[in-house]
Amino acid sequence: MTPQPPPSALPPPLLDVRDVTVFRGDRLVLDGVSLSLFSGDAMILTGPNGAGKSTLLRTISGLRKPDGGTVERQTELAWLGHQDALKPGLTLTQNLALAAKLGTGHMHEVLETLDLTFLADLPARLLSSGQKRRAAFARVMLSGAPLWLLDEPTVGLDVASIERLGAIMAEHRAKGGAMIVTTHVPLPLENTRSHELPSLANAEPLWLS
Amino acid sequence: MTAFLALIDRDLRMAYRFGADTLASLLFFILCGSLFPLALGPSPDLLRHMGPGIVWVCALLASLLPLDRLFGSELEDGSLDLLMLTGLPAYTVAFAKMIAHWLTTGLPLLIAAVPLGIMLGVKSGELPLLLLGLMLGTMCLSLLGGMAASVVLGARRGGVLLPLLVLPLATPVLIFGAASSYAGQLGASPAAGFDLLGACLLAMLPLCPLAAGQGLKAAVG
Repeated sequence: MTPQPPPSALPPPLLDVRDVTVFRGDRLVLDGVSLSLFSGDAMILTGPNGAGKSTLLRTISGLRKPDGGTVERQTELAWLGHQDALKPGLTLTQNLALAAKLGTGHMHEVLETLDLTFLADLPARLLSSGQKRRAAFARVMLSGAPLWLLDEPTVGLDVASIERLGAIMAEHRAKGGAMIVTTHVPLPLENTRSHELPSLANAEPLWLS
Repeated sequence: MTAFLALIDRDLRMAYRFGADTLASLLFFILCGSLFPLALGPSPDLLRHMGPGIVWVCALLASLLPLDRLFGSELEDGSLDLLMLTGLPAYTVAFAKMIAHWLTTGLPLLIAAVPLGIMLGVKSGELPLLLLGLMLGTMCLSLLGGMAASVVLGARRGGVLLPLLVLPLATPVLIFGAASSYAGQLGASPAAGFDLLGACLLAMLPLCPLAAGQGLKAAVG
């Protein structure tokens, strides 16, 4: 994808990724990835397994430093990893307490939107995998951050929940938020941009010269 | 600051919920201490002489027990990623976990040291000295242990590596701490031991969270 310099009238991008290169061990995972995200954008990251989608998200979030290139982020971000990060012994509300305390969202509104209210006082170990996924997504909504990084948000969700997720994402975009989503199932989203990562699994190994 | 307190609060709630970890190290402490009279014989004189030393060694070993899970469980279920993305610097996250470790392990050990000390024949006049030393000592151990736990995080044999890393670093704490606790018995001033113990704590207070923060960054990266 060619980076498009925005016209000066436009606000600066929420996120600007330039030539990001990442190695894992001695294997090249991301090779010069560039993308930028503006308010209202939804970008779908695609690519085969092992193409580095999660690695790119981790690099953008700042959990990992890029080995080359730059990531410039203007706003706060909310993170949904591929793990749900729920403690089995704590109730749903207790699990989300930290996110609610640090974020700007309201717990009961978010639980209502995600249809989790009736599970609020249940220990997380009793939830199904789809319910856990929605609970993890509740953290993203609680944060109130404009930029969402979602790693496979639809895993384990039924059709109705995916529809609901699509509506939530559309509302977030309408309010000026932006998101990067990795997914293997089509999301009910309009006007998305997509970025395909090539698999570098068969690339020539790099040797230090 | 709110985020920092929220982190500690979260850990305390979790410790309250999963009480087994705290209880395990507490029971280990008591049991380990009660084994010494069985092996050394019930001579009150001998036990009174060895008492403070036994309490110190047992406290050191007991505070090691929950270290493996301190960051390990957070890394496994993805919580560590979220903690690192709260906007707090990595060393603050590590420091919050260390404080929580002291509150859930060090403090209960301190309380359990009273009956153990009495059982071993430590005189009531010497008990405050022992507890004051132990308080400083367990703080040092939480800092050291948190640092070691984050450094071995993600290593395959982290659990084995952990005591090998902590125990040598904890020897000065043990030496100065035990010296301060024996001052009462020997009729010497405990000030030197406390001074050195406090110096250890002051040195570890900034350094351990910094090192632990780097360890956490490396583990999630």
